[in-house]
Parts: sequence; C-alpha cells; structure tokens
Amino acid sequence: MQLFTVIVEYLSDYTLRTIALGAATLGVVSGVLGAYAVLRRQSLVGDAMSHAALPGVVLAFMLTGLKSPPVLMAGAAVSGIAGVLLLILVTRTTRIKEDSTLGIVLSVFFGVGLLLLTWLQHSPDARQAGLTTFLFGQAATLVARDVMVMAIFGGAALLVVALLWKEFKLLSFDRDFGASLGLPMQALEVVLTALLVVAIVIGLQAVGVVLMSALVVAPAAAARQWTDRLGVMVLLAALFGATAGVGGTILSGLGRGLATGPVIVLVAGALVVLSLLLAPGRGLIWRGRRPRLLAAPTMSVTYPAEGQS
Amino acid sequence: MTTMQLEIQAIAAVVAAACALPGVFLVLRRTAMLSDAISHTVLLGIVLAYFWVQDLASPALILGAAATGLLTVWLVELLVGTRLVKEDAAIGLVFPVLFSVAVILISRYARGVHLDVDAVLLGELAFAPFERLTLLGLDLPTALWVMGGILLLNLVVIGLFFKELKLATFDAGLAAALGFAPALVHYGLMALVSVTAVGAFDAVGSILVVALMITPAATAYLLTDDLRAMLGWSVGIGVASAISGYWLARALDGNIAGAMASMTGIFFVVGLLFAPERGLVAVAQRRMRQRWEFAQTLLAVHLLQHEGLPENRVESRVDHLVEHIRWQPVYAEQVIRYAERKGVVRRREGRLYLTDDGRRLAEQMVARA
Repeated sequence: MQLFTVIVEYLSDYTLRTIALGAATLGVVSGVLGAYAVLRRQSLVGDAMSHAALPGVVLAFMLTGLKSPPVLMAGAAVSGIAGVLLLILVTRTTRIKEDSTLGIVLSVFFGVGLLLLTWLQHSPDARQAGLTTFLFGQAATLVARDVMVMAIFGGAALLVVALLWKEFKLLSFDRDFGASLGLPMQALEVVLTALLVVAIVIGLQAVGVVLMSALVVAPAAAARQWTDRLGVMVLLAALFGATAGVGGTILSGLGRGLATGPVIVLVAGALVVLSLLLAPGRGLIWRGRRPRLLAAPTMSVTYPAEGQS
Repeated sequence: MTTMQLEIQAIAAVVAAACALPGVFLVLRRTAMLSDAISHTVLLGIVLAYFWVQDLASPALILGAAATGLLTVWLVELLVGTRLVKEDAAIGLVFPVLFSVAVILISRYARGVHLDVDAVLLGELAFAPFERLTLLGLDLPTALWVMGGILLLNLVVIGLFFKELKLATFDAGLAAALGFAPALVHYGLMALVSVTAVGAFDAVGSILVVALMITPAATAYLLTDDLRAMLGWSVGIGVASAISGYWLARALDGNIAGAMASMTGIFFVVGLLFAPERGLVAVAQRRMRQRWEFAQTLLAVHLLQHEGLPENRVESRVDHLVEHIRWQPVYAEQVIRYAERKGVVRRREGRLYLTDDGRRLAEQMVARA
C-alpha cells in the first residue's frame, strides 16, 4: 500500500517526477553504451573513467570560475577521455597489463583531482570540499534543466549509436573483418569510448563516481542473459537501466537514509540476479533441466574398451 | 621538523610500504582491479563488525573487513564460474552492490557515529597523530602501530611463502601439479590485500589505497625482471611517493593522500618514459639504432657482393647507391656517415671500401642468410 502511495506521489509531484525522469534517462543511455562495454570486456573502463573525471571537473571550475553543470561536465569529459588515451597508450606500448593500467588511471587521476580540489579550497580536509556530491551524486538536486541537458547529450549519444550501428557491431564481434572491409576500426573505437564517457559524465551528478560503474555494467549484464542478438540486448539493457533508475528513485522515497544512488544500484543488481536465475535457456534454474552433456558415450568413442576396436 | 610532521611522514611511509608489497603480486597476477573492488567492499565488513561489537576501535573491524574482502573475491569467482558473465563484468557488478549495501546501512543505522562514508573513501592523514597508543613503553600514533603490524605481517607472509607465491604467480599449472594449491595462495594473497586495505583506510582512504598498491608495483615492473628486485623497487617508490607527497601537500596546502597518489603517478610517468630498457625513450632509441644498423648492414653486404669483381668500380661509387638500393641521396649520405663512424666502411675518392670489421659483419650476415 505504501509503495502505491509513493508511486502516486511521484506521478503527481513535479520535483520527484523530474528526478525519476533524470534517473530513467541516465539508465537508458548507460544501459545502451554499457552493452558495448560488457560485450567488449571493458566493464571496468567505465569505473576508471568516472574516477578520472574528477581533475577535469576541478580544472574546469578553476579555469572558468563557473559551477554550472555543462561546464563541469565538459571538464569531466575531457579528463575522462585523457584517462582512456593514457590507458590505451600504456597497454599498447608496455608490458603492463590492462587491469594494472586501469587501477593506475583510476587512482592517480582521482588523487590529482583530490589534491587540486583541496588546494583550490585552501583546506586540506577533503570532507569540507564538497567532494561528497561528486562521489555519491545528489539525485535530489536534479532540476528540469539538468534533466534537459542529460536528455540532449544522451540523445545525441544514442543517435550516434544508431547511425554507426553496423560499424559498432563489427567492432564488438569481429574487429579484424571490419578492418579488412577498410573501416577505420581504431577511430570507431575512440568514438564508442567517447560515447561511454558521455554516458558516465551525465550520470555523475545523479549517482556519483563510485556507483556509476554499476549502471554501466549491470543493465547490460542482465540483458545479455536473455538474448544472443545485439539489437535485442541493447533495447533490453536500455529497459533495465530505465527500470533501475525509476524503481530506485521510487524505493529510495520509502524510507529515511535510503540515498538514491545506492538504491538504484541495488535494483540494478537485483535485475542481474533475476536474469542470471530465470533467463530462458541460459539461466541457472534451467541448468538442471537441460540434458547432461553426453560425456559417457563420447568417452567410450574416444577411448574404446579393450576388444571393441 | 616537528614531531608531528615526522610522525605523519612515518605513517605515510609505512602505509606505502605495506601496500607496495602485495601490489607486486596483484600486478603480476593481473588481478589489480580486485584490489579496487576489495578496497570498496571492506566498508561493508567494517559496518557489520561495528554493529556486532559496537566499538570503532575494536580489532574485530579489521577481521570483519578482511572477511568481506574474501567474500568479494569469492562472489566474483562464483559469478565467473556460472560462465554467464565475464570476469571484468563480475567485478563491476559485485563491488558496487556490496558498497551500496554498506552506504545504506551506515546512513540508516549508524548516523552520528564516527563512521562517515567519505572519511572511508578519502581518509585523513593529517589527524592520524592525535590518536595514540602506548605499547612496550613507546607512545606512538595508533595508525603507526596498526600499519607497522600489517607491514610486518606482509613481510613475514611474503618471506615465508616466497617460493610458493613465485611459482603460483608465474606457473600456476606447475604449482598445482606440485601440490601447492593455487587457490589457497590466491585467497591467502587476497586476505593480505584485504587486511592491508582496511589498515590503510584511515590514513589514505579506499580509492587511494589502489594508487599505493598498484602504481609503485607497476613502475617497478618496468624497471626489473627479478621478483625480489621488483619488491624492493616497489617499496622504494612507494615510500618515496609518500614522503614527497607529504611535502607537496604542505606546499599546496592540500590533501596528503591525494598528493601521495599524485606522486606515485609522477614516478610512474618518469618510469614509463625513462626506464632503462622498457621506457618509451629507450624503446624509441633502440628502434632508431636498429634502423641505422639495418641500413649499415645492407650497405656492407652490397659492397661485399661486388668486392673484387669487375663491376666494383661502378657499384662502390657513392652516388650509385642512390640508384641501386633506392636510397634518397640525403639518407644514403647519413647511412654512410653512420657506417664510417662505426668503422664498417671507408670512403676514398667517391668510392666506398669495406674495412676488415665491415667485411666480417657482411660475411656473417650472408652466412646467416
């Protein structure tokens, strides 16, 4: 009953409707781009990029003196992309593996951002520096204009995905074939990664750095269980992302101390668990019903008993 | 330098050294991002253990945190084991969920307690000397005792199981065949990472623990091929980052942990560029040298082929190279100068002659072909 009341409240309350709409927009955009990240085994790149955005946010503020979201978002995007380029450079030119490079980019960029932020404020105490907003986001502060900005940038990113559909499909599944067709795979990779940066940057204000990576990974990982087709997976990921966004916003209104970001992540996590269990054909509860791999006959063919051969 | 400044630097150095040791194995075993996951999820262990004992100073918090660190690793492996998600996605799923649970538990049930989330994420080294503990007649900051103990633990474990860790890291198959149980080594190492991450929390926060674990170790990986040397370099770079980070933070009046992480980054970039063999500069130089040496060998072989034959008069002319090997005149001149400097050819009246060294080089090359 309480849940029903809250939903009605949301639909009638302008502020809450705005927040839910923002969370849904974010869920759709990060779901779609997350699908490619998960397929290309780059789930943790999102985590690294969201942390790498911090120095860009601080520098953008230092250079312009403006605190408006588009300015800070531009700064976040620039340093997020710088982080990715460094990632590619180090992984390609040295023997350091991708996991280490991700850890380095994530933590060092974040450290530099923290140092800049505290230097800017002339206060060594990071807690006073307003960093909490960046770390955990403040969905509650979303206003209609913010949602508009999110929708415009997110919509533009989705439009690019639609236009380069075939190219991104090739990039995800058969890069070499794409290259043999003469497609600029390297450039496409940079474009796709830049789009992921856009998705992350528009999510920072709502859910913050720490939890943004879950919104990239979870809807896509859930969607992957239900289908083997890219188109269906992308649509499902968008749907799951939006569900997590709206569901999380509604649930967080139910009780004290339920911050929106963490609740959205928990809803997304629940969708993953359900998908892992229930998805037809792949899901864990279907495993018992599937006939066992015919191990015994195979063995007897490969290693025939004495006298049979 | 005041005692307090000295103590902060001592804590920073000990934290950095304690982190740098297990970091080496994380980098070598390609599990660096597990440290990121663990350093976030130990928050859940701290919260749950706190609900249990109701005391923030209790050692049970470290145990609880270490247990959630292992739980994280186990959950990731469980997810990967279903073969429904890949490892990177599994890590990206498990840690935000456990972390979210911790954040919600804190904000619902632990308000007002000194357990705020951003303190865990960011740490505050500057206040560490205020909490003190007297042991063995020594009055030192609590953080120094705790991290000193963890550093000692890391040293002892890595020292005792050095052979096992080495084998399981470089040849897991052989380790398994010899009965060393790679899974046990893996979980043992992850337990060390978890304990270290919890201890380092207070000082530098969970995000920058990753900087202290991974960055010095990765820099050391660029400098050496020897595991012992790599451990040494990693600790050295970690400690140097800690001390220089402290002074950088003082100069800028900024956050110490952030400055320490920034310094690990600077050491990494220096290593990336100037490492003796694997640095980008050394690699570029080697490529350049190889290019010149290839051209010089080509020139020597060309001269050898025609040596003592009638056409030699034409073939050994400097300007003939331009047509014959199709080198640009400027480039041909550069190659000849390089070869002259190396004592491979001599130039006399516009003709080139092989020196004895040059003839040997060309003959070796022809023999190999």
